[in-house]
Amino acid sequence: MGRKLLIHNDKVPNIHTLEVYRAHGGYASVEKALKNMTPDQVTDEVKKSGLRGRGGAGFPTGLKWSFLAKPEGVPRYLVCNADESEPGTFKDRYLMEVIPHALIEGMITSSYALGAKASYIYIRGEYFYVARIVEAAIKEAYAAGWLGKNILGTDFSHDCYVQVGGGAYICGEETALLESLEGKRGNPRIKPPFPAVAGLWGCPTVVNNVETIAAVCPIVMMGGEEYAKIGIGKSTGTKLISASGHINKPGVYEIELGIPVEEFIYSEEYCGGIRNGKKMKAVVAGGSSVPILPTELILKTAKGEPRLMTYESLGDGGFQTGTMLGSGGFIVMDEDTSIVKNLFTFTRFYHHESCGQCSPCREGTGWMEKILKKFLNGTANESDVELLWDIQSKIEGKTICPLGEAAAWPVAAAIRHFKHEFLEIARNKKFVDVSHYNRLNKVTA
Amino acid sequence: MKVTIDGVEIDVPKGTTILQAARMIGPSVAPPAMCYYTKLKTSGGYCRTCIVKVTKGSTANPNPMPKPVASCRTEVMDGMEVQNFTSPEIVEARKGVVEFLLINHPLDCPVCDQAGECKLQDLGYENGSAKTRYEFKRREFEGIDIGDKIKLHMTRCILCYRCVKTAEQITEKRLHGVVHRGDASEISTYIEQVIDNDFSGNVIDVCPVGALTDRTFRFKQRVWFTKPVDAHRNCDKCCGKTRVWLKGEEVVRVTARKDMWDEVEEFICNSCRYDHKKKSDWVIEGPSHISRASVISQGHYEHLNELKVEAMKHQKALGFMDIDKRP
Amino acid sequence: MGAEVHGTQSFDKKKRAEIKFSDAAMAEVKEIISHYPPERIKSALLPVLHIAQAEFGGWLSPETMDYVAEVLRIKPIEVFEVASFYTMFHLKPVGKCTFEVCQTSSCWLNGAEDIVKYIEKKLNIKVGETTRDGMFTLKTAECLGSCGTAPMLQCGASFHENLTYDKVDKLIEKYRSENRLRSYTDKDYQNTL
Ligand SMILES: Cc1cc2nc3c(=O)[nH]c(=O)nc-3n(C[C@H](O)[C@H](O)[C@H](O)COP(=O)(O)O)c2cc1C
Ligand code: SF4
Ligand code: SF4
Ligand code: SF4
Ligand code: FES
Ligand code: FES
Repeated sequence: MGRKLLIHNDKVPNIHTLEVYRAHGGYASVEKALKNMTPDQVTDEVKKSGLRGRGGAGFPTGLKWSFLAKPEGVPRYLVCNADESEPGTFKDRYLMEVIPHALIEGMITSSYALGAKASYIYIRGEYFYVARIVEAAIKEAYAAGWLGKNILGTDFSHDCYVQVGGGAYICGEETALLESLEGKRGNPRIKPPFPAVAGLWGCPTVVNNVETIAAVCPIVMMGGEEYAKIGIGKSTGTKLISASGHINKPGVYEIELGIPVEEFIYSEEYCGGIRNGKKMKAVVAGGSSVPILPTELILKTAKGEPRLMTYESLGDGGFQTGTMLGSGGFIVMDEDTSIVKNLFTFTRFYHHESCGQCSPCREGTGWMEKILKKFLNGTANESDVELLWDIQSKIEGKTICPLGEAAAWPVAAAIRHFKHEFLEIARNKKFVDVSHYNRLNKVTA
Repeated sequence: MKVTIDGVEIDVPKGTTILQAARMIGPSVAPPAMCYYTKLKTSGGYCRTCIVKVTKGSTANPNPMPKPVASCRTEVMDGMEVQNFTSPEIVEARKGVVEFLLINHPLDCPVCDQAGECKLQDLGYENGSAKTRYEFKRREFEGIDIGDKIKLHMTRCILCYRCVKTAEQITEKRLHGVVHRGDASEISTYIEQVIDNDFSGNVIDVCPVGALTDRTFRFKQRVWFTKPVDAHRNCDKCCGKTRVWLKGEEVVRVTARKDMWDEVEEFICNSCRYDHKKKSDWVIEGPSHISRASVISQGHYEHLNELKVEAMKHQKALGFMDIDKRP
Repeated sequence: MGAEVHGTQSFDKKKRAEIKFSDAAMAEVKEIISHYPPERIKSALLPVLHIAQAEFGGWLSPETMDYVAEVLRIKPIEVFEVASFYTMFHLKPVGKCTFEVCQTSSCWLNGAEDIVKYIEKKLNIKVGETTRDGMFTLKTAECLGSCGTAPMLQCGASFHENLTYDKVDKLIEKYRSENRLRSYTDKDYQNTL
């Protein structure tokens, strides 16, 4: 069994209450940090831990914190990115719903390190009930003195608020999130300036993912160096993986970074293998944005080494033969799955979620969806494959925010690894969705 | 700060963007800009036509930038090296951007009031490919009425945000904005409202395409049959310095004066624009020297026939309707 | 998506005059406003729109948006710009219960299409439509963070996961018998797994 640092207590009854959470060692990191450490010492431990952002980009958290501008007399903010909308990702929801205090504890400890007097947890609107749970926990924390004025009798005071979104994936992009938090359309900002200099209401701001912030608590408790011993190389610590698709045991798993992908998919401790005795066809390893890989390449790198659940190993081979850990949204597809149709659901998603500010993404995502629709109608031509490839290449890297890439990469990867499926449909002028029957089985079961 | 663009070096003050530096060098290196507008704060960054390749970040950090950048929103660093027209990659990428801007565009230049002074026409002509690969139905919108002064043709809008920023920064009250999202985004008012306050007419001048046009001018004349003159009057609301478009003795429309980058020199008030349509209202200074950095219009206002020929060639190149078969 | 509220949509001054938050809703709005620095009151817009939608019939009419603008001291166009950006704000009337069935990858892999077809048949409406009795509206949605318990649908605040035809039947029955407006802001959410 791997070590668990974030959701080890998830099965404890009533762990969502302050009383039970506290009885299981909760809020110890706040005590330790506020009483025995300076803010810079907390930041140092986070740096030493090697913790990388769990929202998708994997940027070193300690480094990000050290970029925060600290001009005199200007408030600083910590904003928690709980917009979780990347298809295939549901770990933040699980954490907030089951152990809301783990996030709040992390918010307080992190805010202490950053010198933030107020923080906001921006939760996607669809998770309204989760926001209620987190709000209730915040109320408990205020009542017990973990939030508010002079926490633990120190001169650190902190307020933490929940803000709900309105339904827009793009608000997961940190600057769009800040716009939304300011009561505006979720249009990503043009950078620079970066949030560390001018974020919420123009003030220096750190935006971190739910899981990143929760991970600060164990890091403070065990020390950065100890945390860094878990994992391999620059992939330190534990990571929550949301596993879904055609597997026997979908759900949220906390893994030690570094376990083999094969173990994750087939062991009983995790996904428990492919459902209905089918064979695996492909995996999207890190949320819809990352390149899909066929079975051979997800289990082994192009060099023939076992692929591991780390940022580096999943990325091995670049986009030619590799992918990314991303947000840890792990979607597994069995042998009957149509890659073209799966891609269609992704492309429809990005078209639906494009904010529309910049021309390549606004126009290109819809165009790609229309062409993919032709494949599903059986009216596509072979030349449409080339056209799709060309369109994605003209979106990638030319947009304001990475949603452009997120829309382009899945298209590129599907064509790169499964071109024959596209060509077959184009040649036969017919699309048969074989996966249909397999899916029905589960629905009626 | 020294920056080199397409091999030409120039010294510029700190805070200058790559686009501004390129314009200082001249049209031969300046990237096309559909959304940036010097006089509007926070403009630019949206259309992506001005993208360039930074092959050297600065003397201090000589690494190239990994992706193309929007030159209108990227500040120059000392020692920076930039490729625009000299980079085949950028030329190709820009072709892509132009194609994206055109796939849902109606291409009805022959009936469009903007024809002849349209930035999108220029752009398509200079940076586009000959033929569209888009085979689907173009986007449509229900029209909304924004009053008897300004006509909104939403299908022609490229969502450059210039008019929104103008309304916010130049007029006293912004009544319109961008609503909905993605490719359903559109310019709209909150329920049907007349956009009419002292400076609202400026949205017409900043609009790079025929999405916002002067309703008091519409269908009267195609621009190339009119003669622009610089004129002024004493105005208590604005500078009073305008461009008056004449047909014979008749004033067919009044606009702000524009510089060689097609940006207004000074914003004008609605009174000058709409209420002074007699030649005697104006002190005429002389013919406007229109020196836009564009192939189809450069100097052509003084050579009307050539302009028409150019415009026709250009429309054919884009697969537009033949200008002489217009309804 | 697309043009939903439009210029041609009428604005009823009489209706507008009647719109006012209940005391309870107003108290919630005030609480939300207190979360932000006083000069940043616009930040409350999204949560306040949620409350307004639940309070005034499950959708945001032009009159409601105008009222929200007044409460937050911003321009109506600023409210419209925002309301039309986010998918959770309905700019047209909807049924008492809106079923939003996720159709993205993991849900599709697990039969979301069949669930949509089943509901269409059962309620005799197509996606985007509302039943004649004004009880149900059917919509599709993009990933709602229940991929591991797919297929799923959201109705108001409640998540209904691991759907089967049988579960759908029961849900329809339950909501029909309760016969009340289901909003995202409901405090008595009833998730089913
Ligand atoms: C289109 C888009 C969507 C994103 N969605 C999320 C999200 O839902 N949750 C998240 O934590 N980060 C998301 N991100 C990443 C954030 O921009 C940002 O990198 C992250 O919140 C930083 O936190 P971290 O360093 O703790 O990961 C998204 C980025 C993009 C471009
Ligand atoms: S890439 Fe897409 S989502 Fe991002 S700013 Fe541009 S249009 Fe908006
Ligand atoms: S003149 Fe310009 S705006 Fe008018 S239809 Fe032609 S390209 Fe479009
Ligand atoms: S109407 Fe014109 S100025 Fe306004 S956004 Fe559209 S193209 Fe730009
Ligand atoms: S002019 Fe620079 S992006 Fe439009
Ligand atoms: S794909 Fe349906 S909830 Fe994520």
